[in-house]
Amino acid sequence: MTQPNRLDDGGVLIDRSHKIKFFFDGKPYNGHPGDTLASALLANGVKLVNRSYKYHRPRGIVSSGPEEPNALVNLGSDATHEPNIRMTQIELHDGLDATSQNRFPNLDADIGVLNAAASRLYPAGFYYKTFIHPRHAWKYLFEPVIRRIAGLGKAPTHPDNSQYEHTYAFCDVLIAGGGVAGLVAAKAASEAGARVILAEQTERLGGRLLVDDDAEIDGKPARVWLEETIAALEAMDNVTIRLRTCCSAAYDHNYCLLYERSGDRGEAAQVRHRLWRVRTARVIAATGMIERPIAFHYNDVPGVMLASAVRDYVKLWGVSPGEKTVVYTTNDDGYRTALALHEAGRTVRAILDSRKDPSGPLVEKARAAGLEIRPNTGIGKAKAKRNKLEQIETVNFDKPEAPGKTMYCDCVAMSNGWSPVIHLYSHSGGKALWDEDAVMYRPDPANPPRGKDAEAMVFVAGSANGELTTDAVVAQAAEIASEALSQLGMKTSAVAPSVTAVTETTTVPVWCTPSPGKAGLGGKHFLDYQNDVTVADVALAAREGYESVEHAKRYTTLGMATDQGKLSNINGHAILGKTLGKTMAEVGTTTFRPPFTPISFGSIAGRETGNLFKPVRQTAMHDWHAAHGADWEPVGDWRRPYRYQRGDEDRDTSIHRECLRVRNSVGILDASTLGKIIVKGPDAPKFLDMMYTNMMSSLKPGKCRYGLMNNENGFLMDDGVVVRLDEETFLCHTTSGGADRIHAWFEEWLQTEWFDFKVYVANVTEQYSQIAVAGPKGLELLGSLDSDIDFAAVPFMGMAEGTVEGCPVRAFRISFTGELSYEFAVPVSFGLALWEKLHAKAEALGGGVYGTEAQHILRAEKGFVVIGDETDGTVTAHDVGMSWAVSKKKEDFIGKRAMERSDLTRPDRKQLVGLLTEDPNEVLPDGAHGVENGKAIGHVTSTYFSPTLKRSIAMALINGGRARFGEVIQISTAKKKTIRAVICDPVFYDKKGERQDV
Amino acid sequence: MAAKRKPRYSIFSLARNSMSHHQGWEKAWRSPDPKPEYDVVIVGAGGHGLATAYYLAKNHGITNIAVVEKGWLGGGNTGRNTTIIRSNYLQDSSAALFELSRSLFETLSQELNYNIMFSPRGVLMLAQTEHEKRAWQRTHHATRLNNIYTEWADTKRVKEICPIINTDPGARFPVLGGLWQPRGGTARHDAVAWGYARAADDLGVDVIQNCEVLGIDREGGKVTGVQTTRGAIKCGKLGIVVAGNTTRLTDMAGFRMPLESVPLQALVSEPIKPCLDIVVMANTVHGYMSQSDKGELVIGGGTDGYNAYTQRGSFQHVEETVTALVETFPIISRLRMLRQWGGIVDITGDRSPIISKTPVDGVFVNCGWGTGGFKATCGSGHCFAATIAKGEPDAVAAPFSLDRFSEGRMIDESVAAAVAH
Repeated sequence: MTQPNRLDDGGVLIDRSHKIKFFFDGKPYNGHPGDTLASALLANGVKLVNRSYKYHRPRGIVSSGPEEPNALVNLGSDATHEPNIRMTQIELHDGLDATSQNRFPNLDADIGVLNAAASRLYPAGFYYKTFIHPRHAWKYLFEPVIRRIAGLGKAPTHPDNSQYEHTYAFCDVLIAGGGVAGLVAAKAASEAGARVILAEQTERLGGRLLVDDDAEIDGKPARVWLEETIAALEAMDNVTIRLRTCCSAAYDHNYCLLYERSGDRGEAAQVRHRLWRVRTARVIAATGMIERPIAFHYNDVPGVMLASAVRDYVKLWGVSPGEKTVVYTTNDDGYRTALALHEAGRTVRAILDSRKDPSGPLVEKARAAGLEIRPNTGIGKAKAKRNKLEQIETVNFDKPEAPGKTMYCDCVAMSNGWSPVIHLYSHSGGKALWDEDAVMYRPDPANPPRGKDAEAMVFVAGSANGELTTDAVVAQAAEIASEALSQLGMKTSAVAPSVTAVTETTTVPVWCTPSPGKAGLGGKHFLDYQNDVTVADVALAAREGYESVEHAKRYTTLGMATDQGKLSNINGHAILGKTLGKTMAEVGTTTFRPPFTPISFGSIAGRETGNLFKPVRQTAMHDWHAAHGADWEPVGDWRRPYRYQRGDEDRDTSIHRECLRVRNSVGILDASTLGKIIVKGPDAPKFLDMMYTNMMSSLKPGKCRYGLMNNENGFLMDDGVVVRLDEETFLCHTTSGGADRIHAWFEEWLQTEWFDFKVYVANVTEQYSQIAVAGPKGLELLGSLDSDIDFAAVPFMGMAEGTVEGCPVRAFRISFTGELSYEFAVPVSFGLALWEKLHAKAEALGGGVYGTEAQHILRAEKGFVVIGDETDGTVTAHDVGMSWAVSKKKEDFIGKRAMERSDLTRPDRKQLVGLLTEDPNEVLPDGAHGVENGKAIGHVTSTYFSPTLKRSIAMALINGGRARFGEVIQISTAKKKTIRAVICDPVFYDKKGERQDV
Repeated sequence: MAAKRKPRYSIFSLARNSMSHHQGWEKAWRSPDPKPEYDVVIVGAGGHGLATAYYLAKNHGITNIAVVEKGWLGGGNTGRNTTIIRSNYLQDSSAALFELSRSLFETLSQELNYNIMFSPRGVLMLAQTEHEKRAWQRTHHATRLNNIYTEWADTKRVKEICPIINTDPGARFPVLGGLWQPRGGTARHDAVAWGYARAADDLGVDVIQNCEVLGIDREGGKVTGVQTTRGAIKCGKLGIVVAGNTTRLTDMAGFRMPLESVPLQALVSEPIKPCLDIVVMANTVHGYMSQSDKGELVIGGGTDGYNAYTQRGSFQHVEETVTALVETFPIISRLRMLRQWGGIVDITGDRSPIISKTPVDGVFVNCGWGTGGFKATCGSGHCFAATIAKGEPDAVAAPFSLDRFSEGRMIDESVAAAVAH
C-alpha cells in the first residue's frame, strides 16, 4: 500500500513517522496522522469518489475545505452511520471506514449514469413541465421513482448512542476564524483586556499563512511570527481558543452559535459535538475567502480542482493530486499553485491565463522558473477516460471557434478569483455590496447587522473583507479590531505588525469559457457540481422569466446543495446577469442562512434526549406510586397515576374499584401536581378580581372559593380553588398543566398593564405536596389522626392550619368528587410521610388510593367540568352552566366585555348537558357528535361507565341544550351507527350536594 | 389586451425543445409595465394573491387585473413554508375552507398545466397524551361529518404508516395513536406560485414584480388606486394579500387590523434517501416533519415569542423543535441541519384567517393565515376572488369576515384552553 501521489517531502500537517490504515469502499489504504480523508485518498491516487445528484456523473475532490461540493461519503454503520460528510473535513483516524454514496452497484459502474445519457431531456425545471398526466401517476409512479433517485446518502436506521452537549459562554469579542486576520484581531482584543473567544473550524491555527508563507511579518518569516503569536495568545488568561469549532451563526441580539466537533476522530469521545451558545458584545468575522471555480465544458471530471486546494494538498499534506497539471487561472494567485507544484518536482503542463497580458512578480517568477504561460487562453473542454481526467483542449478567447491545443494531464488547477466569506455578516441582516473592481461581494459598512445596542454587531476582518495580500489583510484586521474595541470603550496597546508581501493584480474573471469547435449549445459547463446545475440551466431559467436571483436559484436548484452555493453562487449569478443584460449589483444575491456549514441535530438536542427530554416532574410520592402499581399518564410536565393496578387486572376493574372506594368508604389521591400560585400584596384582591370572573376581594381570610379564569376573548382558560390566607395573601390553585402558563399570564398582566399594582406572584407548585382525602369515612379517618385540628368544625369551603401526625398542614375542605373531602397541603419534605400515614389509615377503614381516571369519573358523576375536556377555548362560563361564578357586580374583569358580544350571548350556543344512552351499557365514544338533519349539533366532552350508577354517563355540549332536557338525540359514531341518548342535567349524582356538605 | 395563449407543457414539448437545446421555450410570464388603470389590483404576488387573480380571471371573467409585488413573486411565505396540505380541521367553517383548498390541489397540476407536485402521501397527527388523544378523536368525528376522510390510527398502525417513529411505550410522551388523513400531503411551494402566475398571465393578468405599494388612494371612503414605486395605478377594487405585512398596508388604507406579525421558523436537513414518506405532526412536543422529493427533511416548529417584520431565523425554536423530533424520530440525530430561515406570519385572535370586506369601500383583505396558509392557497384564492367579484363574501368565506371579532364569532382551531387537568 504505497501512496503514489505522496510527495517525498513537504506537508506541514502530517506526521510521516506514523501510518494510519483506513478503508474506502472496503479497500484498505494508508495515510498519516494529520491527513484528511481527502488528502489521504488523493495521496493514494484515488480520483473518483462520488456520483452526482441528478446525472450520476463521476466526481472527484474539488476543494480542501468546507466548500467541498462533491466528495461526500458515508461513515460508520448502524448507530454510528452518518451520511453526506465532506472528505475534506474528516480527520484521518485508525479504522476509518468510509463508503461512497449515491451509486449502484459501485462507483465505477453506476447504472444511474444511464440518466446522463438522456440528460438532454432533463434541463432545469423539467419536472414542472411533465409528469402532469395521468393525474395519479405522480403519486404512484413518477414521484416514488424520483424520490429514490434523489437524496444523497442513506438514512440512518438506528438511534444514535453518542453524547452531545451544550455550553454557554459570554465574551466581549468573538473571533470567527484563526487565520492571520483572526490572530491579529485576537491579539488586539486580548491586549485591550477584552474577554476573547477565538473559534477556528479546522484543527489548526494560521489559515493560509501555513500555505502561502512568502510574506514577512514584523521582519520575521511568516511561520515564525505565527508561532510566536499563537504562543502569546495561548498565554493570555482572557483568551479562549477553540479548534474544530465553527462559528455557525450570528443571530439577532448578539447571540452566536459555535459548533465544536471535538469527538469526530474515531476514539471513544465522551462528547461528540458541543454546541456553544455565546452572547458576545462584538463578533469579528475573520472567515477568509473561498476560491471560485471556472465554468468550462466538462469542468466536473475527477481531477479538475481549485488551484488553492491543489496548493493546500502540496504544502499542507505533501500530496500532489496529479502527475501533470494544467493551471487555468484568471489572476495572479493561480501562479502560486503552479510554482508550488513546480517546486515539489511535479510537471506543470502549462499555465493558461485568461488575461491578455499577465504581469507582476508571481508571473515573472513562474516565467523565470521556465513554466509555459499561455495568455488569453482557457480550457475549452476537458475529457475523461475511465472516470478521470485524461486531457484538455485549450481555447483562445479571441478565436473560440478555432480548434485548440490538446494537452494530456491528470489534474487541472483552476482559479477564478475569490469570494469573501461574509455569511456571519449577513445572517442578521447585514448587507453586501458588489465591488466591480475587486469582482466580489464585500460587506457594506453602511448596513451592518445591528446588535442589542443598535450598533454594528459584526465586523469583518482580513480577506473576508476582500483584502487579497497579507499586508492588506493584517492592516485591515488591526484597524477593524480597534474600531470594534473602541465601540466597547476599549483601547488596544497592540501595534499592527508590519508586513512585506508580494503584490498581486486583480482577477479578470471568466464566467463561462467558450468551447472550441461545436460544443456550443450542448455544453455541460457545471456551476453547481452537487446539484448538476450548468450554465445552460441558469440561462434557460432567465429566458423563461425566472429572472429574480431567487427564482433562478429555486428553478435550477443552483446553490441549494449541501455546500449552499459556496462555490457556485457568484458564477451562477454572473451567468444570470449576462443572460439578462444586468450588472451583478442589479442581479443581487440570495440570502445567506445559518448555519455556515451543517450542524448535527444531535448537537442541537444536546443532552435533552431520552430521560432528559423534558424531564418528568415528580411528586414526593412518585416512587411510592410506582411501587404500588401506578399505570402512568403524562399530565403536563408530570406523570400521574392513571390507576393503581393489582396483579394483571384490566383497566376498568382497577378504576371501578377506586371509584367505589371513594363513594363507599374513603380514598386518597396525590393532588400535588395542581398548580399553586401565591399572589401577595396590598393590591392582590383588586388584581384577582380582574383575573377571575368571580369576586375574590370579598373572600374572607381562611375561606376557599372556586374560581374561573377567562382569556381576553371571554372563553374559559383555567379554573381552581382560591384560598385567602390572610388579608394580602391568596393561594390560587390551577390545573396541573396550567401552573406555568397561569403564572406567566399573571406576570404578563402585572408587567404590561397593571405595573402600578403592588402585587407579587410566586409559583409554589413544587414546594407543597397535596393530598385529597375523600369519602363518607373521611371524617372517621381524620378523627383517628394525631392532630390539633377539629376537622368536623371546618365548614365546607373552609380552611384550617395545624399539625397532622407531626406534619405542618393546611387543610382545605373542598371537594372534586362530590364526597366529604379534605385536601392537605404540606411542605414537600413531609409529603411522603403524611401520605403513608393517611394510606395506612384509609386501608384500615377499607379504603385506599385512587388515580386520575377514577377522579375523572367521580367528578363527571357530579357534573363538574374539566377545563380542556368540557372547554376547548370556545366555551364560556355561561355555556357550561356556571353563570353563578361570573360576577355581575364587578366593574371589570378579563373577558367581561368580550362575553357581552352578540355571538357569546346567543341563546342557541352549545351548552353543557348530560347524556344518558338508551342502552345503559353503551358508552358513547369520546368526541362523538350529536347529529340532526345531517348536521352536527354538538359533541360529547366526557364519557364513562359510572360504577356508582351502574350505567353509562356522558357530558356534552349541545346547541341550545339546556332547553332540551328530556329530548332524545342521535349520536353518530365512526362505526357507521348511531346511538340514541336522552339529554339531561349534567349532574348525575347527589344533585343537592348533600354528601360533600355534611 | 389578453396575452397570447402559451404553448402547453408536456413530455412531448420537452422532447421537441430538447432538439434545440431548450432555446425555444416561452417565458413563463411576461414582465409588463403597469398600466394606468385596472379593474382590480391585487397587492402581493404570493400564492394566495396569484390564485386570487387566476380565479378572478377564470371564474369571474375579470381579466383587467394587476398583481403588484414588492419583491419577486412567491418570495414571501409561499416560498418559505413547510408545504403541508391537510384539511383535518375541527370547526365546520375551517373544514369547509381547507377541504375546498385540498380538493383543488388534487387537480391543480392539470388545471394549471404546471406540475405543482401535489403528493397526497398522508398526514399523521400524533396523540401523545390521553387528552390529545381525546381531542383528535373528536376531530376525527367532526371531519367524518364534514365528509373529510380521516382514520383513527392506533399505535400499531402508526408504526406501520411510519416505521421510523419511536413508539416505545416507555417514551417520555408515548405515542397513543394518531389522526391519519391519507389524502393530505405536500406540494412544491414555488411551483404553486409559478403555476398560478403562468396561468394568470396566460389569462391576461399583469404580474408586476419589484413594484412596492407606497400608498392607497381613497375618495369619499372608496378606494381609487395605489401609489407604487413604479408610479400611480388606478383601480376599481383593491385586494390586499400580503400576509405578515398586512398591518402595514391597512395602515396606508386608514384602518387597523386585529393581527400580530411574528417570525415563524423552519429548517431543512441535508438530503438523504427516502426514510419518511408521510407528513408527521407531533403537537405535544412541538414539531413536524416531512421529507421532500429532493430528500431533505423539512421541519417546522413554533413562532418566535416577539413581534417582528424581519424574515430571519432565530435559534430558540429551532432547538425546541429539533429536540422534540430527535426524541420522536431517534434516527435523525446524526443528520444535520443544512439551512434555517424565518417567515413573517400574521396571526389573529382566534388563529383563523380573515377573508373580508373592510371599512374602506372597494378594499378587501385576505390575511391572518398564521402558520398554516400554504395549504389554503387554492381555496383562499378561490373564495377571495368570489368575494372581490361579487363585493360580498361567498358561503365559504362568510364565516371568516372581520366582524367576527366584534361579534365574538371566533373560529378557534387551536383548542386554546386544552390543558391537562
